[in-house]
Amino acid sequence: MGANDEVRIGVFICHCGINIGGIVNVPKVVEYAKKLPDVVYAEDNLYTCSSVGISKIKEGIKEHNLNRVIVASCTPRTHEPLFRAACEEAGVNKYLFEMANIRDQCSWAHMHEPEKATEKAKDLVRMAVAKARKLKPQEEPEIDVTPSALVIGGGISGMTAALCLANQGFEVHIVEKEPELGGMLRHLHKLYPTMQDASERLNQVVNAVKSNKRIKVLTSTVVKQVKGFIGNFRVTVEKGKSKTLNLEIGTIVVATGAANFEPIGMYGYKQFDNVITQFQLEQLLKTRQLERPQRVVMIQCVGAREEKGRTYCSRICCMTAIKNATLIKELFPEAEIYILFRDLQTYGKEYETCYLDARSKFIQFIKYVQERPPEVTSGPSGKLVVKIYDALLNSEIEIPSDLVVLSTPLIPHEDTKELSQILKVSLGPHGFFFEAHVKLRPIDFATDGIYVCGTAHSPKDTAESVSQAFGVASRAAIPMAVKRLRTEAITAVVDENLCSGCGTCVKLCPYGAIEKDEKGVARITQVVCKGCGVCAASCPENAIEMCHFTKEQVTAQALAALGRPFA
Amino acid sequence: MTFEPKIVGFLCNWCSYAGADLAGVSRISYPTNIRVIRLMCSGRVDPVIVLETLAQGADGVMVMGCHIGDCHYITGNLQAERKIDMLKKLLARTGLEAERLRLEWVSASEGGRFAELVKHFTDQLKKLGPSPLAGDKPDKNILAGVLAAKAAAEDFRLRLLVGREKTMIDDGNVYGEEVSEEELDKVLDEIIDTEYVRNRIYLLVKNEPLSVKELSKRLDLDSQMVLRHIVVMRRRGLITVDRVERTSPLYTALEVGQ
Repeated sequence: MGANDEVRIGVFICHCGINIGGIVNVPKVVEYAKKLPDVVYAEDNLYTCSSVGISKIKEGIKEHNLNRVIVASCTPRTHEPLFRAACEEAGVNKYLFEMANIRDQCSWAHMHEPEKATEKAKDLVRMAVAKARKLKPQEEPEIDVTPSALVIGGGISGMTAALCLANQGFEVHIVEKEPELGGMLRHLHKLYPTMQDASERLNQVVNAVKSNKRIKVLTSTVVKQVKGFIGNFRVTVEKGKSKTLNLEIGTIVVATGAANFEPIGMYGYKQFDNVITQFQLEQLLKTRQLERPQRVVMIQCVGAREEKGRTYCSRICCMTAIKNATLIKELFPEAEIYILFRDLQTYGKEYETCYLDARSKFIQFIKYVQERPPEVTSGPSGKLVVKIYDALLNSEIEIPSDLVVLSTPLIPHEDTKELSQILKVSLGPHGFFFEAHVKLRPIDFATDGIYVCGTAHSPKDTAESVSQAFGVASRAAIPMAVKRLRTEAITAVVDENLCSGCGTCVKLCPYGAIEKDEKGVARITQVVCKGCGVCAASCPENAIEMCHFTKEQVTAQALAALGRPFA
Repeated sequence: MTFEPKIVGFLCNWCSYAGADLAGVSRISYPTNIRVIRLMCSGRVDPVIVLETLAQGADGVMVMGCHIGDCHYITGNLQAERKIDMLKKLLARTGLEAERLRLEWVSASEGGRFAELVKHFTDQLKKLGPSPLAGDKPDKNILAGVLAAKAAAEDFRLRLLVGREKTMIDDGNVYGEEVSEEELDKVLDEIIDTEYVRNRIYLLVKNEPLSVKELSKRLDLDSQMVLRHIVVMRRRGLITVDRVERTSPLYTALEVGQ
């Protein structure tokens, strides 16, 4: 059944039990449908999506030689795949199917106006017929997937993902901009809540990576260019200043980590020697260089959870402060330690226990409010004095101290923006890499074949980073495991004869799917195109058509809605 | 019978169409007047489609997309916004009320908002009355205006400017100079004016040969202005002199593309 034959439309109208049939007069709509141009068959079903309904569609296609199918029922957002599959099984290209949404957008919304709802249902069917008459079959292109992954970033997240992918049998390239693997964990002392040595944890993973034959590690290397699309990325990396390498890559994992915020100009940082960040304290503890303090004050949320700018919670700082305070207390039991906090977020498994343990060790927790933050000044004896308004006591107190530790948030690396442009993926409002959907696709990018894990995505601790890395390895392995992919057929196409090469579409395409070819006209890479249609709506020469949502099809639907005769 | 406006809705699949579905799922009632066309993105809405829909007598057109920043296609809704701005400017010149066209953002979770907006727009259109282009006897003058607007929206000059507007604000013009939104707006206004009037002239002389004086009368436009357009249009090969009556030449349209 080709599309060039005479158009023969079948319309299947669903009662959806009483959901539609209880309001819309379905038999009337069936009679109306039968009289529409090119409709050769129409029937109603109690449930078109039931196995009976599906076989009725298939039978209808065979018996009436249908080459276009319309189901008037619920929303295409949930049921279109099912009905399309039925069409395909009966030999009708799935793009010759159209739906009329007479439940979600009709009977359910107009329960108290059955007559008007019936009229609207008729119009919706008429619009579907107007579109179906103009539908063309589409083929979904198939592409091969290179069984090789690129992991950008050789920290704990990147290495975990790489190991996981390599253990599934895929070749993995790790690109790390620093001269050695390890990332943030190289600088950390101990990991909460287990108090395991960070270096011990790190060395296990680094050794596993280095001894894995499927993993190729490129240190002092950065990604310079990424071309192509899922399954077929062509990546150019630069090692050192001069040497470039080209890699053929199937999927890409972004695990570039995060940086520590430097609180310049806040709480006497860089003004007084004994005001340091939590990150610096971590290194002092690691190298055993911390001198015996009498009194330590830690200030939380320094440069985080602000009114504007870094409004986010950095997630790790409460536990890091509790961990380091506990460690100091173990080293120097007589030291007094104060943690000045706004809200204490010890959310994770066993984290609350760490907090209670800290309290039992007489570490003091004092709540301050954002409007009256602590002040750090130099006292008469040269010691630091922290002034704090205790919100619970409703009074100002002064704590002389010999060490002030500022808990600052993780922030995106400086080169994050540049990398996002190279990869053509988005950044969120705070400059971290931004996933396709926070709940439905939390580690995918909107761009197919690229995934994100670890602190490149948002602040998180090692356990969370590792979990996410496992997840990412699974996502990134899928296309490589299936080896061939079918991609979207609803894409834009350029009429080369009309294109003037003005390049408007090249600039507008959010996916970089369009480039000018050697003849100077626009060329759309079908597998990269996501089918938004912005290029078609904007092309100055009207040279781009959006398959399945052509100007002709959409206009036909609009005019059908107005009751104008079919063209 | 009371007037029931016909509204055509162009909704993006990911946010607004889902929002419309949610209104139904939540059994939130709204007037039956809207007929929704599902598109993948509000950025797909070609101004030509909207003008054709209005020319054919829709009482209202509603374009709905994801909220700014939430577009499934990253920036498609920003393009929709540019196009609707341009359309409103064009419509203002045609005599058809620009408020018959509305752009709104509705997310997938805003079923209530979708219902509210449809109700509000339906009420607004009821007050405004039927479109002068609805039915079998459309207002000829307004129809001529909307058709000229459609021709202008189809022409590469306007499309190029609107398509490039956003990138020009973000990246500057081809010389790397920063272009402010206000400056561009001014340029857009001028070009819309020019393109609209030239398309009116073209459609008029396509129908019958007319003199500058007659064109000036029909378009209610200064004859010097009309002459200026005529000169450009002749140079571009859009029109030619048909014949000379007394001392005034009468102009006629040439087939475009020749």
